[in-house]
Formats: sequence, C-alpha cells, structure tokens
Amino acid sequence: MGDTMFGDLASVRDGLKDVDYLADDGIASVVFLAEKLGKPVLVEGPAGTGKTELAKSVAAMTDARLIRLQCYEGLDEAKALYEWNYKKQLLRIQADRGSEASSEDWTELQDDIFNDEFLLTRPLLEAISAEERVVLLIDEVDRVEVETEALLLEILSDYQVSIPELGTIEAKQIPIVFLTSNNTRELSEALKRRCLFLHIDYPQLEREKEIVLTKVDGISDNLAEQVARIVRSIRQIELKKSPSVSETLDWARTLVLLGVESIDVEQAKESLHILLKYQSDIEKAAKELTVEG
Amino acid sequence: MLDLMSGFVVELRNAGLPVSLTENLDAMEAVKHIPIEDRAAFKYALAATLVKNEQHWKAFETVFEVYFSLRGPEYNVVDEDGEIDEDSLEEWMSQQMRGMGGQGSAEDMSPEEIAEMLFRALMNADEAMMAAMARAAVTQFAGMEPGRPVGGTYYLYRTLRNLDLDGMMDRLMEEAQERTDGDMTPLQERLEREEFENRIEDLKREIEAEIRRRLVADRGVEAMAKTLRKPLPEDVDFMHASREEMANIRKAIQPLTRKLAARLARKRKHKRKGPLDFRATVRQSLSYGGVPAEPRFRNPRPNKPELIVVADISGSVAAFARFTLHLVYALQNQFSKVRSFVFIDGLDEVTHMFQDEEDITNAVHRVNTEADVVWVDGHSDYGHAFGVFWENFGSEINSKSTVMFLGDARNNYHATNAWVIKETAKKARSVFWLNPEPKSYWDTGDSVITEYATHTDGVFECRNLRQLEGFVDHLA
Repeated sequence: MGDTMFGDLASVRDGLKDVDYLADDGIASVVFLAEKLGKPVLVEGPAGTGKTELAKSVAAMTDARLIRLQCYEGLDEAKALYEWNYKKQLLRIQADRGSEASSEDWTELQDDIFNDEFLLTRPLLEAISAEERVVLLIDEVDRVEVETEALLLEILSDYQVSIPELGTIEAKQIPIVFLTSNNTRELSEALKRRCLFLHIDYPQLEREKEIVLTKVDGISDNLAEQVARIVRSIRQIELKKSPSVSETLDWARTLVLLGVESIDVEQAKESLHILLKYQSDIEKAAKELTVEG
Repeated sequence: MLDLMSGFVVELRNAGLPVSLTENLDAMEAVKHIPIEDRAAFKYALAATLVKNEQHWKAFETVFEVYFSLRGPEYNVVDEDGEIDEDSLEEWMSQQMRGMGGQGSAEDMSPEEIAEMLFRALMNADEAMMAAMARAAVTQFAGMEPGRPVGGTYYLYRTLRNLDLDGMMDRLMEEAQERTDGDMTPLQERLEREEFENRIEDLKREIEAEIRRRLVADRGVEAMAKTLRKPLPEDVDFMHASREEMANIRKAIQPLTRKLAARLARKRKHKRKGPLDFRATVRQSLSYGGVPAEPRFRNPRPNKPELIVVADISGSVAAFARFTLHLVYALQNQFSKVRSFVFIDGLDEVTHMFQDEEDITNAVHRVNTEADVVWVDGHSDYGHAFGVFWENFGSEINSKSTVMFLGDARNNYHATNAWVIKETAKKARSVFWLNPEPKSYWDTGDSVITEYATHTDGVFECRNLRQLEGFVDHLA
C-alpha cells in the first residue's frame, strides 16, 4: 500500500528542506522508514526542538492532510476515537414515534440509528477513514494516563478501529503517524514496541545555524553564527530550562528587528529574557557570560 | 547479514537493552530498505527499531561501533586476512598530505609534523584532515601491539598524552587572537574557545573510534563488545557513579518524582467519584428530553499527601547523600507539603533551604555548610538523631504524612532508638526506608537495618534508578 511516496533517503531530506525543515540523518532515515514499514513514529525530546513541526512538515511535503489529536489528562474514547450522536439518535426515534405507526420493527430502527450517519468521528477514526493521504499527529502522548494509552494500540498496530455496533473499520490508506512525547513519564512497553523511536535533541551548532538562516528573514550569516554559538554556550550551563530551538529563533528575530549586526555582552544580557524563562536562569546565564568571557 | 544482525541483537541484549522479538523483526525489515553503505542512515534505522529509550542510546552506539566498525568503504583499514593494511593507509595519507602541501608519508612524519598538521586541521575545522591525523596519531603514539591484553583506554591515554591537547588549545586561542588583531571581546573569546573545545572533543572521539577499530580487528567482535560493556544508566550504582553518570541520574530523577507524587496522590478515577452533582445531572438530562439518564457526580477532593523526608548525609553514604539531596529537592517541587531533615549524629530541618534556593547546586551547598547536623563527633548516630526528630517534630506527624527514611542504618554501635520509628509508624500514613547498600550487606557489622525495618511498611534496597523506580511502582 502506498509504497511509492518516497523514492529514497535523499529525496526525504530534500523534500523536508523544501518545506523549510532541516532534517539531520537520524530524522530523515526514520521518516523514510516510517513510510516504508508503515509504522508509527514516536518522537521524543526536550520541548521546542521541532517535534510537532516535523509532523507538520511531513504533511506539507507529501501534500497530506494533517489530523491532530492533542492529548491531555482525561482524554477518553469519545474524544479520541468516535462517539454516537445521542441527540440526533433521540430525535430520530422521536420523529419515528410521531409518524403513524411501525413501532414494532425495533431492529430496523436499531440498524438505522447505529450507522455512519449518527457516528461522530474523532481524530483517530477520521485519520483512518479518510480517502486522501493523511498525516496523523498524536501530540504529547505522555499526558494521557497509562490506561488510556491502550486506546491507541489497535489503531497503531493494525490501522483499524473496532466499533461494537458497526464492526471493524479498516484503514483505506495507511496514514503516517507521529506521536510526540516530552518524556514526562515512561510510556508503556506495548506502545513503544509498536513504534519506531526517534529522539530529537538540541541541534548541533551547524544545523542550528542553518535553521536560524532559513527561518529568520534578513539575518546575516555572521549574526546567525553568533546566535548559534551563544545558545550552545548557554546550553552548557546547568539551567532549569535550556533554551529551545524555537526560543533561539525568537531571539534571532528580535536581534534582527533591533538592527543588531554583531552581539556584544550587553546586548546579549539585555535580551536574555527571550531565551530563558526563569529569573534564576537569566541571572545565572548573565553572570556566566560576563565573568568567564 | 542475518548472522551479523542476530549477533548484534544478542550483544545488545547482553548489554542489558530490552530487545523484543518484534523489534528484532522490525530491524530486519528496516535494513532491507537502507543500504549498509550509508552508515549514518543504517545506524539510525537500527536505533529507531531497536532502542526505545534515549538513555540506552550510548550503549547502543558502542555496540554498533564494534559490530559494524569494519564495514563500509571508508573503513577499509583491514584487508582479507584481518591484518591492518598499512600500505593503503599510507598511500591515502600521503595523498592527503600532498593536497595540504606537506611532504613524506605517515612513517616519516615526526611528532612535530603531526602536531602542526593537527593544529591546522583544528584551526580550519577540516574534518577529513582531522580524521586522517587521528589515524596518524594512533599509529605513531599509541604503540599498539596485537594480542596485548590492555584496554582501549590505555592506548587512548598514550595517544592523548603525546598530542598535548592543552598546549594545542592555547596555541589555537593565540592564533585566533592574532587573526582578529587582538581586539576580541571577552564574549567572542569565550565563544571561540568553546568552538575549539568542541573540535578537540571531536578529535578525541575520532581517536577513540580509531583505536576501537584496530582493537576489534585484533581481538574480534565478541571479545571487544564484552570489554566495552558498561551498565545502563538505570543500573549505575549511586555509590560509585562517575560525574557524568551522576548528571544522567539527576536528569532521570525529575520524571520519577512526578510519578511518585502522582502515585501518592492517586485519585480513584475509575471508581465512583464524589456525591451526586444535582445541577450537572439536570443539565445533562436536557439532551435526553429531561430524562436524567446519565447521572453526574462531583469530583472528590484531591488527596494532598504530605511528605517527610529524613536523610542521612554522613560520610559513609556521601555519594548516596548527594543523590538523596537531589531527590529531596526534586520532591519538594512536586509536593505541596514536604518537610526535609538531614542528620549525621544531630538532626536539622532543611526545608527552608530548599525552598529559598531556586537553584539546586546552591541549595545542596547550603545544606552541606549551614545545616547543624553534627552533635558530638560527626559519626553517624541514628539513635540520637531520631531522638531529636521525635522530640522536636514528632507532634507534627499526622495521618496524612508519608515518612521516608534514607540511609544505610550503620549506627556505629550506638543505641538504636527504634521506638521512634515505631511511634512514627503508628501516627503516619506510611513509613518507608530506602537503603543504598546491597541487600547482602544488611545487618553486617554495625548495620541495624532490621531493627528499624520491623516497624516500617517496607525497606527497599535503592542502589540505582531501576530500584528507585521499582519502589515508586510498588507504591501504586
């Protein structure tokens, strides 16, 4: 099924680059494999390293529709898979009662109210029943309870959903599935086993610089290099929360707006609050940058 | 290929990685799509299918390097007979050097020449050249002899000593200074320095890899994999953790404490909830034409656990204490009410120190310097410390408190005062003891753990993250 989406590895990398996502070897090969093997990808890593962005970019690259399921504590079947439209069903029954008669053929009625018309599809079911190409993003899967994880298993391994009243709905096409996790808790073995695993860490200096150059308009090569170097330097300090790639980008944009050509210590210190979100971190970084310099 | 793969998987399992059958099959499937020549992609393909935990990446990488070190075109240092192919290496070297404008082959190169070439390579971040120099340096300095039973670290040390990388660093900085005519701002200087440090790190890794390649060629894959086997992060003993390992452990503590908090606060989500919520039920009934078909219940009041941590920070558990303090700090961020105490032979409350300090290093420093934990001589005296604890804080333990004792219960033959634990257990919701010593050492010498253990809800051996996690799971 659908094995012609990507030609080879290089085309994946180039394709992602065309939609402004700079993939390293690891990311490109896992995306490539995900499509080849028809397996979901579990993406893990610190916040703000482009996990969600990856799913969006793959969707953009393959011209697929992106269906997103945002996970949270208390997510249940009715919100993730499907739900019967009770209200509509009730209306249907009442409408039937109103018209003159046949209240005997209950089975007929039952067949009638348990069909597609009364089914509200939620993201997971929608991804499977879509006719066109789909990228399914299950975001922050570590937020749901362990018990709820089990909900995902059927869809992830067999690409099907069982609805008691309707039977099993099988996928019309195999979607590319991304699950993201911030690793706040250990995911269950069962879930991990069904997925390819991809860890996205903070990028290497060169890659971060490239990212800054592609994403920030009007930044000079020199400034991008400096930004990337300073950020790397800050990440080496032990902080509550290291600056993420998205924060690097925000910082770079700010510097461009301020018309900065080359960063000195003062400017760096004044704009640190864009990179770091804790007061204690900001103070610590400011101290480090001046003292040891 | 099949043999290679199954050998590889067996070695991964030997290294402690949990590789299931399905994952193995996935890996086999994956390598069909990715050519082995594309080494980086091949490695990531295997990693994606076999390694499902970022912490295991390092172990995986080591095994991978050993198993696939002799494959791939650019790794042809070994010819058919398993001999190191000096000829082709030299030829390649001299080619490289002609390109650089130098003369002679690897064998004629003096240490000075190597240093000079290396310097240039580092300065210009020329990766190909760095790799070549790493090889030359290993050939020249490591003095590797086939069959000699020494580890790779020995060769690494010899090579690095001869290269004098610290001196190299200074030279690089000087050169950088000159290039900018000496007017570098401190910030620039710092950034330059970091850049060079990074390159030197790369070089070290390259040298290490080169040594490993040669050792594998000499001794064979299995033997090498065995010597390089290291415990996984979750199996690293707290007492003997290196600095680097400690940093990893610290990172892993955060999610664990969150889990612990969740376990202790456990809301009963799947059972019936609170009392009937009349308003919500009526509202819901509107969608069924006024029939209250789906009753709604109020959410029960969340359980707010109180945690009391009493930790031994004496010399005998120094390494564990370092970890303990990090654990306590992490706990304090998760629970609404945590009170922490540390003791050696005296006991002091340190809750406020953890609360005031945003930064863990400062907090630990304050605990170590300010806490008043020495009563007589600074040797552990659990009995006296517990006495103080009961006298001053015993009245504050109530049915909501969970009390955790952390220590090895090595009491220097003092009185145990085990009644404190007994009384505490009577008043508290639960009492646990985490012991950093291996179980076989318990109750040997001056350890009195059993005397305390009888009154607690459980004593847990807690020497590594896996065991700590086991403890947290046990609470569920």
